[in-house]
Amino acid sequence: MVTCLADGLFPDAGKATVRLLRRLGVEVDFPDAQTCCGQPMVNTGYLDEAVPLVRTYVDAFADYDHVVAPSGSCAGSVRHQHALVARRSGDEGLVRAVAETSPRALELSEFLVDVLGVEDVGASYPHRVTYHPTCHSLRMLGVGDRPLRLLRAVRGIDLVELPHAEECCGFGGTFAVKNADTSVAMGGDKVRHVRETGAEVLVAGDSSCLMHLSGLLSRQRAGVRVAHLAEVLAAQEGIS
Amino acid sequence: MSAREEILAAVRAALREAPVPPEVSRGYRESPSEDRAVVLDRFAERVAEYRATVVRCAPAGLAETLETVLADLTSVVVPAGLPFEVPRATVGDSLSAAGLDAVDVVVTAAAVGIARTGTIVLDHGPGQGRRALSLVPDRHVCVVFGDQVVAGVPEGVARLDPGRPQTWISGPSATSDIELDRVEGVHGPRQLTVVLVDG
Amino acid sequence: MGHTFVGMPAFPTAARDALADTQLRRNLAHATGTIRAKRAAVVGEVEEWEELRVAGAAIKDRALLALDEHLERLESSLTARGAVVHWARDAEEAGEIVARVARDHAVDEVVKIKSMATQEVDLNGALEAAGIAAWETDLAELIVQLGDDLPSHILVPAIHRNRAEIREIFRRSMAAAGRPAPDDLTDEPAVLAAAAREHLREKFLRARMAVSGANFAVAETGTLVVVESEGNGRMCLTLPDVLVSVVGIEKVVPTWEDLDVFLQLLPRSSTGERMNPYTSTWSGVTPGDGPQELHVVLLDNGRTRALADEVGRQALRCIRCSACLNVCPVYERVGGHAYGSVYPGPIGAILNPLLRGVGESEQVDSLPYASSLCGACFEVCPVRIDIPSVLVDLRAQVVDAHRGRGPGAGSHVGEAVAMKAAGWTFGRASRLAAVERAAGLVGRAAGRFGRRTLPGGRAALGRVPGPGAAWTGARDLPAPPEESFRVWWRRTGGRDEGASS
Ligand code: SF4
Repeated sequence: MVTCLADGLFPDAGKATVRLLRRLGVEVDFPDAQTCCGQPMVNTGYLDEAVPLVRTYVDAFADYDHVVAPSGSCAGSVRHQHALVARRSGDEGLVRAVAETSPRALELSEFLVDVLGVEDVGASYPHRVTYHPTCHSLRMLGVGDRPLRLLRAVRGIDLVELPHAEECCGFGGTFAVKNADTSVAMGGDKVRHVRETGAEVLVAGDSSCLMHLSGLLSRQRAGVRVAHLAEVLAAQEGIS
Repeated sequence: MSAREEILAAVRAALREAPVPPEVSRGYRESPSEDRAVVLDRFAERVAEYRATVVRCAPAGLAETLETVLADLTSVVVPAGLPFEVPRATVGDSLSAAGLDAVDVVVTAAAVGIARTGTIVLDHGPGQGRRALSLVPDRHVCVVFGDQVVAGVPEGVARLDPGRPQTWISGPSATSDIELDRVEGVHGPRQLTVVLVDG
Repeated sequence: MGHTFVGMPAFPTAARDALADTQLRRNLAHATGTIRAKRAAVVGEVEEWEELRVAGAAIKDRALLALDEHLERLESSLTARGAVVHWARDAEEAGEIVARVARDHAVDEVVKIKSMATQEVDLNGALEAAGIAAWETDLAELIVQLGDDLPSHILVPAIHRNRAEIREIFRRSMAAAGRPAPDDLTDEPAVLAAAAREHLREKFLRARMAVSGANFAVAETGTLVVVESEGNGRMCLTLPDVLVSVVGIEKVVPTWEDLDVFLQLLPRSSTGERMNPYTSTWSGVTPGDGPQELHVVLLDNGRTRALADEVGRQALRCIRCSACLNVCPVYERVGGHAYGSVYPGPIGAILNPLLRGVGESEQVDSLPYASSLCGACFEVCPVRIDIPSVLVDLRAQVVDAHRGRGPGAGSHVGEAVAMKAAGWTFGRASRLAAVERAAGLVGRAAGRFGRRTLPGGRAALGRVPGPGAAWTGARDLPAPPEESFRVWWRRTGGRDEGASS
């Protein structure tokens, strides 16, 4: 699964995921029928509007062993919210289909560590990097330190700890717009901590949070780049 | 309909399709059995961490210990029914609140001590006095015997009689209402001394 | 002291004002940071913490899912032990009951222990209207009352004030309420606390009636429990002749033994201590000890409405420890007043709509959205209230309440249209692909003409007008890429990387 945000706005995260998985010998497909997991609607309260999306999801992904998303948030939505939406639709068939498909959704680091059993994915990324564990990866999915274990194994990386790492960056989906002032205040503190580390690159597993933070970094002309976890793990800089 | 009937009816209506109440798993009560000495040491240590004064003595040394603890204090009150002697003490059971406000120190016994949390519990039975007695004076000296000390809160709750009024005391009165800075001593006794008798 | 939360603006507006107050943000960041660290340390030393949380949630659920039986049991045990039990449907009724008891004893003042239930029903306002002065005796409540202010935290209502501000409040207002502040008052916390001790002691010694809440009410034994730190609670519960306790009906726990869970969960979650300095328990009247006349007011005020909400009823498990406030990144930045209620923070964002219902007030309807759904609250809640899930469910209730309402539904109309459109677009991949193609054109244009670039060279949009303005007020927005992932995949089968990125 490539999330709608990666599809439409951040294709590089999707491409990196494909490259990384193929390098590790995984057979990768992108079912063209997929769209969006429905989380933006569910989290804003529009459950009815999310029903067709969940339907599309279960149809598109019915036949795969694993559905890997480069996003803790989207994987979390599939695993924790699709059942809710299906119940709301009153369609028993959909409820059953969701029970079948939703447990197979995994966030990238879960798939790599738990299914493939790898921590060293053969990446090389000679940069000073700090990692922000996004809330949905951390608390909704409980990915724990899997992303950090993967990053630590990357060659050449200079991984610096982010102060107050576990605090929310303030994105929060439509929260970023509905409560823009609070969202920006939270993001401002996160960006300050990022800058304190002296990192060149801020890495996270969710494009949505990165969009919010890179928007702030860019407005502040902070000179810190953002990269999706998949892009770092796919990178083989200096290895030919 | 009376307010009572209306509220109870609303509760029943709200619960019409409610699920069956869950069972409560009490696994938290199983703590490894520990050496008495370890438990008593922990009790003493944790009471002291609240900035209470802890004095330990053997039963035979209690009178002498109290003599030292109460050294410079002139008006000492005690409840009726104390199982030990307190030098210079008068029984304060009939003093008014204003009368208690004027005494230097009250000495009481306790019902239970809890090691893990550094807590003493008074159930205001004989030797502990009514609640006002250990509240209004600025200094409280509480004598706890080793066999009254339990390891944790569950053992403490199990020993106590809910029919009696209780005061659980963990250190002297304190507040953190100003910038979350802990300050000892607001309305309750500002100084707490716990005498742990054991051996 | 006529201050109430009535008429507060919706959360985003109130939050914006609070964010502009840098002193407030500093006070809050310091205070919540301190207490978070204390909590983490004392929770960390309890090995069986998760078991305690699960047991705490289960005990509360047992009580709530048979609440009628437990309330009747509580009533009969209290009555058997000499207490008088009253029932109050709402705030007004609760106020009338307490005022009536005061009038029966001809008192014109009462001393009060901090209690959320009495704040919720604005008991002080009701008593004042009846000519009865209600003196708050908790230090933070005293600060709020003397400052003619509103509480902003469940546990530390004056968390938004620093020591210098508190000194000013004491100097200015203590004299009018009783014993004045000493002339040499400094802003040392110990000195301020000593001034409060002197000021309140005369009130304790002369008070004939006290009003309290209760942290727990044990059905089996008729035991009420008050958990506190300062000793003002012990004073109020012990010295007066008459005691009235206002207790929300959700405070009931089935048995005395159940307290062995909550007396561990609450202090560690709340003040971050192994145990709070004082806990008082009493089961009816004890001859010769403490108040000889006891009244207990069992309060509904929206609780049965919350109980009827299948998802939301778990909020009634809340033991008001305030751990969720202290870890909440939104609360930490905007403070408690922005929530427009005595219940702020994550628990307030769900409890207020549950108690009062949605679809009636813009302010209440804005609360479920006052969260980024980061989940930190659920992680610390000692009774495992899944606040994010309740928030999402309440958002759906807010949306449903506004569905099909014409003009007057306010900002919900534009949003509903946008969500419908998004639902339509995402409903079918072909529609999404068409939208992405159009965006690609914008992206190309931005690449060519845009003046901003994101670090790394990508084109970005700076401040844009219209619906994008809320985003771009302080954040750039990446311009859409020229080619979506989908198109790239179709073109290359996912194998050719160089051409487009
Ligand atoms: S919701 Fe949970 S964490 Fe928040 S105040 Fe209530 S019990 Fe404490």
